[in-house]
Amino acid sequence: MIESYIRRQVTDLPDAQGYFGEFGGRFVPETIMPALDELEAAYAEALADPQFHHELSHLQRTYTGRPTPISHAKRLSEALGGAQIYLKREDLAHTGAHKINNALGQGLLAKRMGKRRIIAETGAGQHGVGTATAMALLGLDCHVYMGSVDIRRQQPNVFRMKLLGAEVIPVESGSRTLKDAINEAMRDWVTHVETTFYLLGSALGPHPYPMMVRDFQSVIGFEAREQILEAAGRLPDACIACVGGGSNAIGMFHAFRDDHDTELIGVEAGGRGIESREHAARFADLDISRPGILHGTRSYVMQNSDGQIMETHSVSAGLDYPSVGPEHAHLRQLERAYYTLATDEEALAAFQTLSKTEGIIPALESAHALAEAIKRAPTMPRDSLLLVNLSGRGDKDLDTVIGILGE
Amino acid sequence: MTYRREIQGIAALAAMFARARAQGRAAFMPYFPIGYPTHEESLAVIQALATAGVDGFEIGIPFSDPIADGPTIQAATQIALENGASVRRCLEALRALRRRGIQQPMLLMGYANPLVAYGPERFVLDARAAGADGLIVPDLPPEEAAMFSGSCAREGMALVFMLAPTSDDKRIALAAEAASGFIYVVSLTGITGARKDLPANLTSFIARLRQQTDMPLVLGFGISTTAHAKQVSALTDGFIVGSALVRAGGESVDAARELASAMVKAIRN
Repeated sequence: MIESYIRRQVTDLPDAQGYFGEFGGRFVPETIMPALDELEAAYAEALADPQFHHELSHLQRTYTGRPTPISHAKRLSEALGGAQIYLKREDLAHTGAHKINNALGQGLLAKRMGKRRIIAETGAGQHGVGTATAMALLGLDCHVYMGSVDIRRQQPNVFRMKLLGAEVIPVESGSRTLKDAINEAMRDWVTHVETTFYLLGSALGPHPYPMMVRDFQSVIGFEAREQILEAAGRLPDACIACVGGGSNAIGMFHAFRDDHDTELIGVEAGGRGIESREHAARFADLDISRPGILHGTRSYVMQNSDGQIMETHSVSAGLDYPSVGPEHAHLRQLERAYYTLATDEEALAAFQTLSKTEGIIPALESAHALAEAIKRAPTMPRDSLLLVNLSGRGDKDLDTVIGILGE
Repeated sequence: MTYRREIQGIAALAAMFARARAQGRAAFMPYFPIGYPTHEESLAVIQALATAGVDGFEIGIPFSDPIADGPTIQAATQIALENGASVRRCLEALRALRRRGIQQPMLLMGYANPLVAYGPERFVLDARAAGADGLIVPDLPPEEAAMFSGSCAREGMALVFMLAPTSDDKRIALAAEAASGFIYVVSLTGITGARKDLPANLTSFIARLRQQTDMPLVLGFGISTTAHAKQVSALTDGFIVGSALVRAGGESVDAARELASAMVKAIRN
């Protein structure tokens, strides 16, 4: 039996109130406060039960296809002439993205809790597909909220979710993207809280979600750490991951938290550039992004001077979100992690580069992390190591890319 | 008015409940957001409701992402934002309403982020100065309320917390301990919005709360008709009508006045 990895905690955070330093907490209507207590208790109980770990690790191995490999991107590294780039291949996990790790973990928890109605939100559709997949496997009833703008730009994923037996509910309020899908899922949860499990897809929302999602995604970093030690004989000089809500990044960073010689680098969506104000770079544009409260947690939030949430832009639907997981805000404040950005243009270039040099078509989200690796590698010695989390594959993005680059 | 604006904050709310109780009914406290259908019309609606004889107000501060609200209030507050509503304009509106002579207690009701962006302490001080008597923040449970509770206590402003049918004894005790002014009792497991019927288990739910607290209980969510108003008036210390009045106010000032007058009449008979 391989272990599920959740047991290997490397930090005491969040604290009992769900805070990572000054970020996190529980800012939700009273109606769902008892459900969060119930969820927190059920999760603690599951963690103490070897059977839960056994079930999860069994599914990780026999269903998701874990461990996913790391690949040495030799031709890309050669072409850049600097650091050796290794890719953690979450694109090879079943469903083609890391989201399945969390969907299976929370799905098993929902089953333990006797909740058979599962709701989820999705932006790019990867979490929706991951959830619909896990629910088909576990035999649970699945409803996915998705903004109508996202439904238009991610048609293949909408079809996949339906094929997997999920109901896809279009959201017509607000900006009709991920933020509004979360609003609607929370409204559904408030209404059906006694029978329903909210399977939140990123490391955000009210406590215990940021902690729970991190734990279920930490398998990425724990595996990658062992794998790079074996493949390269040492730890990487930096880990790089894209940050929307931040679940793949926190899943990668968690295992390396105490490895102080390994830099942790999160890459936000720079969209059309900071000056354009059309981006989702919560840590870069501090004129319009400040600590605030959105979707139940205190973190950096893109907002106008009146505290109204701003609409964001990214070529990648999975990064198009005005806030960011609270633990990232904390890691940034501690200066343990560093956050930068890649523009749409840089991500599209990285998307093509990896396809041509390595035969791997990355998700546009992951292409943001690659763009940073491509910028850094040439400035580093040839024996240095960059570990990039390739959080998903790019098939879902072909329509978007064709629309921009032409055929 | 039998009470004057010399009494403010928690004391004004206590006087309002005492007066309603003396008349054998609950206090009727409508919700209306500033900026809907226009800034000026929202003030006209609130003024019309005051004249119709409501006992107090929840003045809504619009927010872009209102997760506890149903379609009616979502749409209304979205329009309000398009009309330029902001925390600052809501405070100005409150001052204007007091200048126009409105005596009833008024609470401000808004989601946490705009208030945090304004600055919690500064917000409480400015709200008090503008004539507010209390504050309701639907996404702020007692556990997270420290940023408002100190300044509210110093200013004598009510800081209202909510209880829902899902709240267990521990949470009821927590809210009863932390709340001032009254407890906002969410009638049902759900979001705001007009409903045909009130929940069947309302009486036992209120009785369960009564066993654990002496705080005034104000019921909200789903109360939409004069029949509902009459029914809950016998059950609680106060009640809030939101979506039904917002819908009426969106039609015309007269429509809102008529609904409010009918409810005022229903609870006095």
